[in-house]
Amino acid sequence: MRTTGWLAARIAAVRPTTSHARVLTLDVPGWPGNDPGQHLDIRLTAEDGYQAERSYSIASSGPGERVELAVDTVPDGEVSPYLVDVAEVGDMLEVKGPLGAYFVWHESDPDPVQLVAGGSGIVPLLAMARAHDRSESPVPFRLLYSVRSPDDALYRDEILDLAGRSLDLTWAYTRAAPEGWPEPVGRLTPDRVAAATWPPARHPLTFICGPTRFVEAAADAMVAAGHDPARVRTERFGG
Amino acid sequence: MAQFTRGFGSRRRDADPDLPPGQYLTTDFPVLSAGPTPRIPLSEWSFSIRTETGETARWSWDEFTALPSEEVSTDIHCVTRWSKLGTSWRGVALDTLFEEVETSFDYVMAHSYGGYTTNVPLEDLLDGKAWIAYEFDGEPLDPEHGGPARLLVPHLYFWKSAKWVRGLVMQQHDDPGFWEQNGYHLRGDPWLEERYW
Ligand SMILES: Cc1cc2nc3c(=O)[nH]c(=O)nc-3n(C[C@H](O)[C@H](O)[C@H](O)COP(=O)(O)OP(=O)(O)OC[C@H]3O[C@@H](n4cnc5c(N)ncnc54)[C@H](O)[C@@H]3O)c2cc1C
Repeated sequence: MRTTGWLAARIAAVRPTTSHARVLTLDVPGWPGNDPGQHLDIRLTAEDGYQAERSYSIASSGPGERVELAVDTVPDGEVSPYLVDVAEVGDMLEVKGPLGAYFVWHESDPDPVQLVAGGSGIVPLLAMARAHDRSESPVPFRLLYSVRSPDDALYRDEILDLAGRSLDLTWAYTRAAPEGWPEPVGRLTPDRVAAATWPPARHPLTFICGPTRFVEAAADAMVAAGHDPARVRTERFGG
Repeated sequence: MAQFTRGFGSRRRDADPDLPPGQYLTTDFPVLSAGPTPRIPLSEWSFSIRTETGETARWSWDEFTALPSEEVSTDIHCVTRWSKLGTSWRGVALDTLFEEVETSFDYVMAHSYGGYTTNVPLEDLLDGKAWIAYEFDGEPLDPEHGGPARLLVPHLYFWKSAKWVRGLVMQQHDDPGFWEQNGYHLRGDPWLEERYW
């Protein structure tokens, strides 16, 4: 799938997924479909012609002209507060994509998959977990999802639902855990990453996504645990 | 004709003539790479240039850092839209390295420790346009940012500035490297917004 130019998109649905993040569904006539894990660029144009562009991962995959995004507010940000707090159904923007051919899971891949998400980094990984859940693929999927507190998890209900069916799930809480939570609260350590992910002997394909520092720490931990760096794929959201 | 977006524009960023289109300013130094960070001991590090005849010029760390180096102050632009202005580096100009290399090929594939590759036309590397950099802000380059040494091609998007660079291989054609096979433009001029295929 090659990139075309900018496509007009209409916001078809919005719903909150945390107190500071929102799921947006876009209708994009001409959208060619996308693989799980890909992203797109959004372009917003103010009435006076001023423009801003940002990248967002796509939570949906497959054919069709609908795409789902989930945007978390970056305080003081320019684009994310608009998308989370201001944009409404019927508003128009532009998208370009799908983009990226590397941070992608293919149904035919024979290896177990390890997903490691920090914050909004769940979005492309959820696309993969959803695609896996729908597919015939027998490979096991495992997710380690690090969030500040239970309420900060994007797609929390859907993830719990997948965890009952096709996903092996581990939460990590950095600020506040549910009462009686057995694990320590705080940033992921290499030991906790190793304990909550497939061992290297399973030869998993690992996808890590989130803020830069999170990704850096998690990827280092996977390599320290003995995983082949070539099997550890990362997507850094910046910040 | 762009599509207007209702209600957008209240938190706009100031325009800056030093920023290529679609870029925004960061004062941070974000890290963007395809995988984990390799860590290469200086005793094992080497840098080489291989030509079409198979001839290979090779420098150990000591040989490399004994070459004449330059201070470079430059803006850098990442395809994921951040730009950082006035960064300072020290490195060896590709002009210096290519003094020892005979080639009639016009293209280069840069290879990195960790397996990353990126293609660059030779003319984008010569005439004071590119360096193998080993210091940032007066300090040895952090592994996170590509240390011990990285390619620095500031007039192209930063994915061309291969981190952990270990060698250049001359090629007859502009065959795509890692990101160029995975969605990014073959050349990557930020002022022309050459981001994607
Ligand atoms: C491939 C990709 C996929 C992404 N997918 C998602 C997604 O699914 N959901 C989501 O919520 N976000 C995603 N992001 C992040 C998103 O593109 C924006 O960066 C984010 O929404 C903040 O934009 P903003 O305009 O609100 O903030 P800005 O006004 O751009 O920034 C505010 C401040 O935050 C910091 N900052 C923000 N973004 C970056 C960055 N990329 N690099 C360095 N510093 C930064 C800077 O210091 C900046 O000054 C993705 C980023 C990439 C590169």
